[in-house]
Amino acid sequence: MSFPWARQYDPKNPFMRWMDEKLPLPRLVYNAVGAGYPVPRNLNYFWNFGVLAGLALVIQIVTGIVLAMHYAASGDIAFNSVEHIMRDVNSGWLFRYLHANGASLFFVAIYIHMFRGLYYGSYKPPREMVWLLGLVIYLLMMATAFMGYVLPWGQMSFWGAQVITGFFSAIPLVGEEIRVWLLGGYAPDGATLNRFFSLHYLLPFVIAGVVILHIWALHIPGSGNPAGIDVKGEQDTVPFHPYYTAKDGFGVGIFLILLAIMTFFLPNYLGHADNYIPANPLSTPAHIVPEWYFWPFYAILRAFTVDLILPAKLWGVLAMFASILLLFFLPWLDRSPVRSGNYRPQFRIWFWVLVLDVLILGWMGGLPPEEPYVMISQVATIYYFAHFLIILPIVSRIERPLPLPNSITEAILRPGKGEQQAPPGMGSEHQPGDPEPRPAGQEA
Amino acid sequence: MATAEHIENPPAELGEGGVRRRDFLNIAAVSVAAVGGVATLFPLITQMSPSADVLALASIEVDLAGIEPGQAIKTTWRKQPIFVRNLTPQEIAAANATPLADLRDPQTLAERTQEGHGNWLITLAVCTHLGCVPLGAAEGENRGEFGGYFCPCHGSHYDTAGRIRKGPAPLNLEVPEYAFTSDTIVKIG
Ligand code: HEM
Ligand code: FES
Repeated sequence: MSFPWARQYDPKNPFMRWMDEKLPLPRLVYNAVGAGYPVPRNLNYFWNFGVLAGLALVIQIVTGIVLAMHYAASGDIAFNSVEHIMRDVNSGWLFRYLHANGASLFFVAIYIHMFRGLYYGSYKPPREMVWLLGLVIYLLMMATAFMGYVLPWGQMSFWGAQVITGFFSAIPLVGEEIRVWLLGGYAPDGATLNRFFSLHYLLPFVIAGVVILHIWALHIPGSGNPAGIDVKGEQDTVPFHPYYTAKDGFGVGIFLILLAIMTFFLPNYLGHADNYIPANPLSTPAHIVPEWYFWPFYAILRAFTVDLILPAKLWGVLAMFASILLLFFLPWLDRSPVRSGNYRPQFRIWFWVLVLDVLILGWMGGLPPEEPYVMISQVATIYYFAHFLIILPIVSRIERPLPLPNSITEAILRPGKGEQQAPPGMGSEHQPGDPEPRPAGQEA
Repeated sequence: MATAEHIENPPAELGEGGVRRRDFLNIAAVSVAAVGGVATLFPLITQMSPSADVLALASIEVDLAGIEPGQAIKTTWRKQPIFVRNLTPQEIAAANATPLADLRDPQTLAERTQEGHGNWLITLAVCTHLGCVPLGAAEGENRGEFGGYFCPCHGSHYDTAGRIRKGPAPLNLEVPEYAFTSDTIVKIG
């Protein structure tokens, strides 16, 4: 499961030795995030975000359990119980704001983590399973966050629940039955709120379980790296502890500062004022939108306005789910053997177009469904699908990658002489007349 | 697991028709477990369906006396909002003037109202897209391009007969079951 030169766990303390015989948990930790896990020495700060997402999960669970001690999931008092948390419970406001803003920063970390994977080809062999499990975590997170947002039972909570469960009514024939089954009624009500609370409490622990699988799958091949080439020997790695515990520690500090700034100075900046109005089943807020982290998908949902064989509503819902399910096929859509975008001149351009496209989708998703926003969403939706289904497969075929460095060590210690623009990792071995790439899979 | 092929000396162990006692017991036990498992799934799934108190929502009666032509009210039935609109002659004419071919979900106004009460348009106030309450019942609200209702969530426009004309919603606003118990009282449900 690890490189042969990994340090061995060798407890000196008699108690730890006894422990190691009875339950080798410290050994597991040592090998997973301690000195026993050798990591490529060239990771940049984009490799911080996995640990940051894990931290965010812990923060959500701790603050969530605190909130659950004071919250009541009943249609009549849920809203008031959240106000009770805000006004009466000691430090209640702090925990609620930490939980609400923690959810946002959790998504920030996950999105950066995912785009890191897209740029550096982390989804490619041998790490496909890591990518797939990551997507499962992402889906679970979205379900968790959606149900959490329903709990305060304000206007946005209520209408968010109505609209999102409405997705299921698009399913032909049985859709309406499924919606009623999910809600436990014909419209969101106490029954809905109760079950959402039950699941909102459960799913984070399911996520924690999948995170363990995600890390297990990662530690089989070991971490990737920005050069996208394989580890060749001991000189290419450093032990996770203390090297990356320190580097991640720095990221943790920044993350916590951001969380503190949001919590103390902008606690409602990412929220919606409408959610401070108690749920009213008779009136929909003039402009309902989900939380910002769902906006790109919301824009895709709304981009379909005309029936084309299937009803527009079904198209919108299908496209929205497809936009995520598509990512499960990514390892097989992009067949280029070069992992890192640093060595893929064409891929890199399209990657940034995709980033821009998703940002535009997100921006449109937060705006009302009027022209020209709908038209812009339509164009951006087309690009999103074209990127994965057409552009990536073609680019991975026709692109001529830049020469890869011979090793990770070479990539850092001797970056391309005189080529200031070149990304770190452009090997000095590279002669101008030597265009042959050395695909990552074919080394060793 | 041993199967009949692996037995060196079959005649002693095989019963009639070549079925071994142990195979039979295995299959019987696994079948019972499977049936039991499926039977347990059923209550696990149906417990989430609407409970008896949600289903046992009586019908409601609405008094139409105070609703002038051109006005609409909102009420609730089975926790769902309902629009009751008193159509003006112009609105009725506009609805009838629309060719059915222009409609996504073709229905005439007459099919959506009751005989002798053609001015009373009673529909669920639930957008058939994803379920928001459309605007247009109260004074001054946006009634959309077709003068009926406008759903602000994703921009669905309904006409004066509550029929979908533009936007993502697939169907007309649903007409619930109702009956007039007198000229001014209607019973929904
Ligand atoms: C994946 C981790 C989690 C995410 C992404 C998440 C997300 C959210 C969100 C977005 C809200 C709405 C915040 C608001 O506007 O007030 C919320 C509320 C809530 N969450 Fe979580 N949550 C997570 C884990 C948990 C856990 C583990 C618990 C309990 C053990 C919990 C308990 C609650 C409670 C009681 C509320 C309602 C109070 C409130 O609205 O502040 N959450 N959650
Ligand atoms: S819910 Fe009415 S347009 Fe989407």
